[in-house]
Order: sequence, then structure tokens, then C-alpha cells
Amino acid sequence: MNDSPAVRLDKVSVVYGRNQALKDVSAVFPKGAVGLLGPNGAGKSTMLKSLLGFLTPTKGTLEVLGLNVADKPLEIRARLGYMPESDGHIPGMNAVTFVAYCGQLAGLPKTDAMQRAHEVLYYVGLGEARYRNVETYSTGMKQRIKLAQALVHDPDLLFLDEPTNGMDPKGREEMLELVRDLAHNKGVNLILSSHLLPDVEYTCDYVVVLDKGTVATHGSIEQLKGPAGRVFEVRVKGNLPPFIAALEAAGMACQETEEDIMRVFVPGEAMGGGVDQQRICGLARTSGVQVRHLKASLPSLEDVFAKAVGES
Amino acid sequence: MSPIHDQSYRRYSGSREPMGRAWAVIAWAGIRGMLNKKLFLGVLVGAWIPVLVFTVRIWFAVTYPQAGQLFGVTPAMFQQFIEVQTLFMFFVTVYVGSGLIANDRRANALQIYLAKPLMRVEYIAGKVAILAAFLLFITLVPGLLLIILQVSFSGSFAFISSNPHVLPAVILSSLVHVVVASFAMLALSSLSKSARYVAILYTGVIFFTSAMAGILFGITGSTRGAWISIGMNLELVTDLMFRQKPSYEAPVTVSVLILAGLVALSISVLERRVRGVEVVK
Repeated sequence: MNDSPAVRLDKVSVVYGRNQALKDVSAVFPKGAVGLLGPNGAGKSTMLKSLLGFLTPTKGTLEVLGLNVADKPLEIRARLGYMPESDGHIPGMNAVTFVAYCGQLAGLPKTDAMQRAHEVLYYVGLGEARYRNVETYSTGMKQRIKLAQALVHDPDLLFLDEPTNGMDPKGREEMLELVRDLAHNKGVNLILSSHLLPDVEYTCDYVVVLDKGTVATHGSIEQLKGPAGRVFEVRVKGNLPPFIAALEAAGMACQETEEDIMRVFVPGEAMGGGVDQQRICGLARTSGVQVRHLKASLPSLEDVFAKAVGES
Repeated sequence: MSPIHDQSYRRYSGSREPMGRAWAVIAWAGIRGMLNKKLFLGVLVGAWIPVLVFTVRIWFAVTYPQAGQLFGVTPAMFQQFIEVQTLFMFFVTVYVGSGLIANDRRANALQIYLAKPLMRVEYIAGKVAILAAFLLFITLVPGLLLIILQVSFSGSFAFISSNPHVLPAVILSSLVHVVVASFAMLALSSLSKSARYVAILYTGVIFFTSAMAGILFGITGSTRGAWISIGMNLELVTDLMFRQKPSYEAPVTVSVLILAGLVALSISVLERRVRGVEVVK
């Protein structure tokens, strides 16, 4: 049981009406912190809901912690914590009652559930507000209480669906710190579904990238970020399309960022001695553009994501 | 130096309850939540006023047998009690039941519930138990209490032994009323995110069906169309249980089938509506 991955999907297809949300997906999520990355509508939430047993796949098998979702849904859910994307609470309860109630629903005895509720609320930073009605909470507090209810029964695996949605920068940072702490210091396995690359990069070690209902790529972040290739930040003056065409013809991948800086991915083994920089400058010259800024950059998960979902 | 109290996350190593008890957790939390509402406590107290009136009536009939013709303790008296309580059942059903699922849907609570180790049927059972507990508290419990009081006041089992059908009739008629009201209200509650709308809908269904039956009486001059009304169907079934003359001309088997069909339809609606994820096709 210990050697089994956290989650395994084998040729899973899920259809919503006429829309096929997951198409023949096969993937293995190892234990630890795994990011489920993808643009909106990629099928991330559908995958989590299928793993919880909310949706029945039209094809394929799903396994969580070595148990088949179709055969043992209750056993699986007893060991799972789920933090949904949308706001959710039990009406008319204050935070500590709500979290203790969730603990009892998950099988904790009443007194243990109440004790755990207090502890978990302190852990997520709601200790002082634990006697307030959940309906009066701010968006950030609602995100924290959702994490608390998912944690109260001490799950072996945590599903976090967009945990930083709607949070201010400070709250977001604190939430990510909590998630990172759970995964790296408290031994909780988790799957973090997000379209925010920095969130996944900060908290996870492994990533599965979904795009249009299929797995675009997967692997450890370090591995994916550190292939035989380099990334450069480039800013040029002049007509950009011929330069991009020249770069792509030379086997390089380009990604435009929000500002006027491009990220250029150079494949192959590093040669050293500024050879890559010289190649880029040479292509700029032949394309009739001036290079104003050229700087080596560390590969980010964004590069991996862009390559995987074909945005480059 | 270790901190005095570690407020960080700790793993849980205590015991866990066996699965299958979540419905009781849901039911108890719901019952406690309702009992915290003063207005609702007022409704419950109000629902016991007829019990007091009937208790006095039984005492009077037992103490002054000469008044027996006027205040006699008969099977019809117990049926009358159940019928009086249907008014309070309506208020309690609307007050307690309208928000049972609708409020959970409004607050997106279904995904929280169903991500826990409980089946949908446990969730529904827990919700039904909340409403059923209060309805039984104002029908079955006082009904049985009145029988006990009759035996206590008279000091004999003569009434029970000469009318052996009264006890099962009180139990069964209470259960039929409670089951029909609970499932019908819960099904309606699962259809909306607004408890207020559900309350209006339930009231509408009850009164509209009775009004339709009334219009039919007016047109045809016969009560054969009573089966259209949920309330009249319940009356006919109660008549049968207490071995009384049917209040309407409609066949009682049709009434039984309609009530059974209503419960089956409600269960079917609940099965479709209580899900962890809402799929919009």
C-alpha cells in the first residue's frame, strides 16, 4: 500500500453532456506535493471530482491511494481531504462548529473532532475568528476555512482546487506557505490544482499539466525545468514577426511576456562561451531588428507550461 | 527550547467511528440547530396545546362517565387528534423542511458533505430524520401519550382491549403523515436554492390540490375526485386505519397508490438532485 502512488488514472474519459472534459487520460501522481496545472477548462476540477466519485467516468479506471474509486469510494473519502474551488460551508454555523461537524462527518468522535477543529483553525490562521459565523467571513477567510475542514480529519491525501482564488497578495502568500508546510514538513500528500504557475512552482515537487482534457506533460518540476536547453530574456527594436520566424526556424521556442520582453528557449546542450547569445544576435541582425536587452534567465515552470500547452 | 504549546498542524492518531453513522451526525446537528430558534420552540409548544385539550377531555370522560355521550373516548377521538395535528404538521414541515436541502445548495454545502465518507442516501436519511423527528414529536408521541393517559385515568385496559386497532392506527397514521410530508418537502427543497421559494411551493401544492378537488366537488357534486388532493388522500387513509366511514367517495386504494407514488417520486427527485457536482447539460 505504501508503494502505491497517490493517484493513478488509466485511460479515463469523462463526458459532460456533449463536452468531453477528460479524453483517455492516463497519469500517475506520486506521493508528495503534486501540481495539477492547466488553463481554465483544461479538466483539472473534473479530474478531482472524478477522483472523489462525484462524476462517473465513461471509460477507464481511477485509483486513489491504491484503492479503486468505483469499488471503495467511502474508504477513499475517509482518507481524503477536499478543498473545493467554489465557496462552500454549512449554513448557520460558526467556524469551530462547522469544522468539528466536518470532522464528525469524516468519522472522528465528537470530542476529538472539536479539539481538532480548534487546532486546525489556529493552524490556518482563524483562531481568533473561530466563533464567528462562517457567512460573515471575507473571501480569504473562506479559503482558509475550506482548508481547515479538509484537514480536520487528518487526511492522507489532500485535494486543493485553486486554493488561492480571490485572495489578496499577503493572504495568498500565507496560504501557499501553509500548503508548502503541510506537504514538506507535515507529511501530507497533496494535489494542488491551479492555473497559477507560481503557486504550483512554490509548493509542489511534481507536476501534471493538463490541456484540453489530455495530459500535456508530467514529471518532477526540477526535471521539467532543467532540460538540455537555456532560456534568455530578449528585447528587440524593429519588426518582430520575422525575428520570431527566424528563431523558430533555428529550432528555438519563443514566448512573449506581458511586457515587451520575449523569452527564448534554446534547445540542446549548452556550449558555453556565449555561443547561444551570438546565435540570437546573429538571427536578429539577419531579421533586421536591434537587440536592446539579452539576458540569460533561469527556466521557470512557465516555460515548461508554455511549451506543453503549445502557447510558444 | 520547545514551545509551551505547539499550535502547528499535528497528525491525528485517535480512534475513528465506523462508517454509516454520518446520518445521525447530520440529524442531530439539524435538530440542535432548530431547537436554538425561539420562534420554532414557540411553534412546538403551540403544537402541544391540543394535547392538553384532549388530555382534559379524556380525564373528563373518565371522571364523569355520564358525560360520555358528549366527550366519550372513542377511536374517532384519536383520529380527530391526528387530524387536528395536521395543521401543526404543516407549519413544522414548512418551517423545518423548506431549508433542509435548499440552504445547503445555496451555500454549496453538498460538495462538502459528499466529499466526506458518507453516501448520498445517508445525507438524505439525515435530513429526513430532522424533519421526521419533529413531526413525530407532535403526532406519534402525543398520540401514544393520550393512549397511556386514557389507560392511567381509567385504571384499566378495557378501551384498548375493546379497540385493539387504535394503537396501530395511531402509529401507522402518524407514520404515513410524517413520511409523505417529509419526503415531499425534502424533494421540493432539493429543487431550489431558496428556502422561501420552497415554502411557497409546498404551500401552493397542498392548497392548490385541495382547491382543485373542491372545484371538482362543485362541478360534479360528488367527492370522487378527492384523490386529487394530498390532504384528502391522507384523510381517507387515516379513516381506513381507524376503521371509520370514509370522508370522501374516492376509492381508498387510489389514495394509497397516490401517496406511495408521491413518496416514490420524491425519492427519485432526491436521487437526481443530491449530488456533489451539478452537471449542466
